Formats: sequence, structure tokens, C-alpha cells
Amino acid sequence: MTSSDTYVGQGEAAAATHPVGRRRRRRRPTVERMLFFLLFLGVPLAVYLMFVISPFLQSFYYSMTNWSGLSPSMDFIGLSNYERILGDAVFWKSLRNNLILLIALPTITISLSFALAIMVTIGGSTHGGVRGVRGAGFYRVISFFPYAVPAVITGILFNFVYHPGGGLLNGFLNLVVAVLNGALGLLGLGPVPEVHNAWLGDQRVALAAVAFAMIWTFVGFYMVLFVASIKSIPQEVLEAARIDGAGRLRSAVQVVAPMVRDNISTAVVYIGIFALDAFTFISVMTPNGGTANSTKVVSLHLYQTAFQNGRFGEASAMGVIMALVTMLVAVVVIGVGRPRKDER
Amino acid sequence: MSTTDTTAQDAPFPRSGAGTGKRANGPRGSARKSRRGPSGRNTDGAGYATLHHVILSIWALLVILPLLWTIYTSFKTSQEILTDPFGLPATPQLENYTRAWSEARIGDYFLNTLIVVGSGLVIVMLLGAMCAYILARFRFPGNRAIYFGMVAGLTFPIFLAVVPLFFVLRNMGLLEGRLGLIGVTLSYVAFALPFTVFFLHSFFAGLPDEISEAAEIDGAGDFRTFFHVMLPMAKPGLASVAIFNFLGMWNQYLLPLVLNTERGNYVLAQGLVNLQAQQGYQVDWGGMFASVVITVIPVIVVYVIFQRQLQGGVGPSTNK
Repeated sequence: MTSSDTYVGQGEAAAATHPVGRRRRRRRPTVERMLFFLLFLGVPLAVYLMFVISPFLQSFYYSMTNWSGLSPSMDFIGLSNYERILGDAVFWKSLRNNLILLIALPTITISLSFALAIMVTIGGSTHGGVRGVRGAGFYRVISFFPYAVPAVITGILFNFVYHPGGGLLNGFLNLVVAVLNGALGLLGLGPVPEVHNAWLGDQRVALAAVAFAMIWTFVGFYMVLFVASIKSIPQEVLEAARIDGAGRLRSAVQVVAPMVRDNISTAVVYIGIFALDAFTFISVMTPNGGTANSTKVVSLHLYQTAFQNGRFGEASAMGVIMALVTMLVAVVVIGVGRPRKDER
Repeated sequence: MSTTDTTAQDAPFPRSGAGTGKRANGPRGSARKSRRGPSGRNTDGAGYATLHHVILSIWALLVILPLLWTIYTSFKTSQEILTDPFGLPATPQLENYTRAWSEARIGDYFLNTLIVVGSGLVIVMLLGAMCAYILARFRFPGNRAIYFGMVAGLTFPIFLAVVPLFFVLRNMGLLEGRLGLIGVTLSYVAFALPFTVFFLHSFFAGLPDEISEAAEIDGAGDFRTFFHVMLPMAKPGLASVAIFNFLGMWNQYLLPLVLNTERGNYVLAQGLVNLQAQQGYQVDWGGMFASVVITVIPVIVVYVIFQRQLQGGVGPSTNK
């Protein structure tokens, strides 16, 4: 990530924030230079414009039509799709779920992954150099596994874990219940009933259950990123902090965190964007959005509106709203991180 | 991938006082006694380390147990899975795997996924590096506009674009038969491009000017400078971005779900969801678990082989 910028000299830091400009280069563009630009900038841009930008622009137009998605006919109906969406209770419920994820996922994921990253990098014995606990490499490698598991599989896997009959979670809880009942029996108390919860069917816990699967996936990933950036902090800085009497917690919060701030704000943006989508997990774990739409998110609502109800115009309008929300979130998070960055 | 293996490579920076042999490999108690302890802080180190080990171990178990459970459950019969979720299989059901591979067509899906992800990865890394290099190292009118246009792509929700994209690709004839894989690959490339450009941009911008100037003075043209000088220097960045792109593409679900409609072209993610949905009441749990294992193991193996690339930091390697 960009943390490396922190440690280059002033001049290079300036170069990193502004594209390198060498005025003399602009004097006479050679044939090679023009060919170079054409190929190196032209080809990627063509792909990007054709397959990303143009579909997006088209969907802005579709959002103002009553297109069904497959029929060739459509009428321009102005903003009626938007009006309909604003009056759609399911949309608001879905948006609410997205916003819950938007707050919960980055907070929990980043605190956990930062804490774990600190433990494997500077949490070890205080003798000798600042380092992580023993077996740090093992923990780091293991932690990344969930991210290597495709999201679809994680969803299916957690479907098994939460399964009311043969699921891992109920199985585990029932082991605890069995032990507890043994103890209660000795005390002459009545047994606690076995657990047969359908975790994903229960509207009070379904969203939390799905969110747990998401956190499980992402913590290791961000931990690995944080570990990499913490390791790029010069050892002397951490040792100096320790010699000055900073403990691990203080080093982590006051020395390390500010130095990896760029990474943290990038991570917030990424998890935030993910939280506003979340389609894969939700659609695999609760294909219809859960009991009483308890886990429905806008992306799933949009997908159903477009592909199951054949109202593609309306679905596009939802997408446009979400695109605006997503950009707003990104701008806010990056904006919060940026002014400090320019201070250096 | 034993503990000792990985700790050994876990030393990217020189340790001060390495001469006193503080790998802390001995029993913690003796290590504590033998070391100097001029300040109070040094003696409570072991307590913290233990606490950290406990927390990390709980986390490691949370990660590993579901995966291990999946692996051994894949050898059980569906009956065993439902009646006794924790029991070991009476006889390992290897048929689960043969059934998953051929009947459930996981083998075909696997091949399709390899084709799409493999070619998509090569193309996006090349295009992304080219674009990022130009944007990071040349000043020309519109540079910032193009860069922000690219980065804004990171925030576009894919599901908004996916149906128009379907028609774009179909009109180009890229969704018919086996050609469909080309259409899917191109869309993977296009949607991975913003991420790739965004990250490689900071790498190329961070590379020192002196080196490209030296190349220029030595008479290297733009192409030569890029392929022989700049690209090799950005290798650590390329490696990590490639890993993330690989995982992202292997993970991709919505794009193939909409674009890749022919059964014969299915990628693994589609195949598995389809398998889960199709089975309905007559669930072949054993086959399902086996399919999951077949899908997960290669990614984990690839990760374990290449994970060193991710830990060495992701900065440009020009300082030394």
C-alpha cells in the first residue's frame, strides 16, 4: 500500500502525491512516445470504457425507463422509478441492513485485525528486538485462510455451521448443554433444553449470523495487510518508543496506528464498499433475504427486482441510489484521512 | 507448514542484539530468567506473550475448526452427517469425491474457472501496470481526470452494470458457446482494472526518478524502460496485487451468475450454488462437502506457496 510513502524523503513524498512532471519531456513527443501512450493508455482505457463505464451510463438511462430487462421496448418515464423506490418499505429495510453492516463490519473487522496484527508483530517477548509472539508466522498464514475460501463457499460452509439439525454451532452448544445438564443434575436441578436454533431463520440473529461469516472472512486478510505495513516501520522507531517507556498498548495506539493510517483508511473504504454490496454472502446464506427481510440488502432486493420481477428500470434506479451512497461514503472516509496526510 | 518453518522466515529486518540468541525458542520460563531485566517492563513480557498466545490460539481455532470439520465431513455419508455432526466417518466415503467430480461436474467447472481466472489475471496485470505507469509517471492534460475516473470505478456497484454489460457482450458475440468464456474473462479484467491501477499507481509513483532518468540517458526508449527497468522494480507490488486479483476473481460470483448462463461454461462458484439449490429435498450432503473441499484446497495451497510475497511489505524494493 502507500505506507511506503511515509519513509521516503520529502522530495519523493511530493513526487508521490503529484504525478512526476518533467517539463522537458513535453517539448517534442517522439513517434515512440506517441505509440507508447496510445498502447499503454489507450488499450486499458478502451477496455474500461467499454465494459465498465458504458454499462454504468446505460443503467443511468434505464433507471428512467420502465424497461423489463429482456423485452426490446421501453418508455421514458422520468423519475417515477425513484418515487416508487422511496415509497418501498422493503427498500428502506434493505438499506437499513446495509447501513448496519456499514457501521459494524469496518469497526469490528479493523479493530480485530489490527489487534491481531499488533500481537504477531510487536506483541512478543520484550527481550531483544521488538517482535511478535512465537509462531507469529504460523498465526499469520492460518489467519488468511478464510479469505482464500471463495465467498460462495464460505456462505455454504456457514450454512452448514448454522444448520439446525447437523450444524457445527448447535452441535457445539449441545456439548456445552450436556456438560451443563450433568452439573445441574448433580445439584438436583432440571435440565436445560437442547439447542435446535435455526440461526439464519431467526430474524433477531440472522443478520448477526451472516455478519459473523463476513468478519470471519475479512479479519485475516486485513491482518496480513497490517502486518506487512507494520513491518515496514523501521525497527529503530519501535525500539525508541520502548526505550522511552511505551508499553505494547501505547506503542500500538500512539506509534504504530498513526504510521499505518493510510492503510487503515483504505481498509475502511474497502470494507465499507463491501458492506454496501454484500450480495454474495446474503444471497447464498439467505436466498430470499431471511424471515421478514431480516437480512435483505439493497443488492439482493435489486437483483430480485430485476431478474425475478422483470423490472429492470426500477432496479437500475436502486443501483444508481446505491452508487451515490457508496461514493459518498468513500469520499467521506478518504476526506477524513486526507488532510492529515498533507501535513507531513 | 509447521510452526517452526514459518517463524524462521519471519525475520525481515535485522534484530538488534541477535548475537545473544533471543529467538525465544526455549521454554518461556528459562528464557525469562536468563535474560537481563533492568526495568520492570521486561519481566512482565512473558505474561503478555502468554495472553497474546491464548487470544491468537482462540482465533486460530475459529479459523481452522470449520475447515477441518468440512474436510472430515466430506468423507461421511449424508446419513452420518445429519445424525452425528461431530462423529468421524465409519468408513471414509471416497465415492463422495468421484460423485462430485464427475456427476456434479465439478471437474468441468474447475477447468472453466482455471481458464477464466488464469487468462484474466495475466491480462489485468499487464493492462493495469501499463495504465498505472503512464498515470503515475507522466504529466499530461487529463491525467488526474483519467486517474480519478479509474479510481471512482472502485465504488461502482457491479450489480448496477451487469445487465447492460450482458447486452454489450452479447452484441459483440462474446457470450455464445465456448466464446462465452472470453466475454466473462473480459468483464473480470474490466472490473479488476480500477483496483489494479489504484494500487500500482502508488508503486510507480514511489519509484525514484533517478533510475528512469538513468535509463533514459543510457538510451532506453519508453517501452524498454518500462519492461526492463520499471516493471522489475515494481515486482513486490505486482506480486501482492496479483494475489489479491487472483483471489478476487476466484471469488467472483455476480458476474458469472448473470453473464455466464450456459451450464457447460459454469465456473466453480456457480456450479456449487447451483448444486446446493438443485438438490432441494434430496440433499447429497456428502457430495456437497466433497465439492467444497475440491474448491477450497487449491486456493489454500496456492496461498501457502505464495504467502511470502504478501508478508515482505508491499513497498517498492528500491531502498537497498
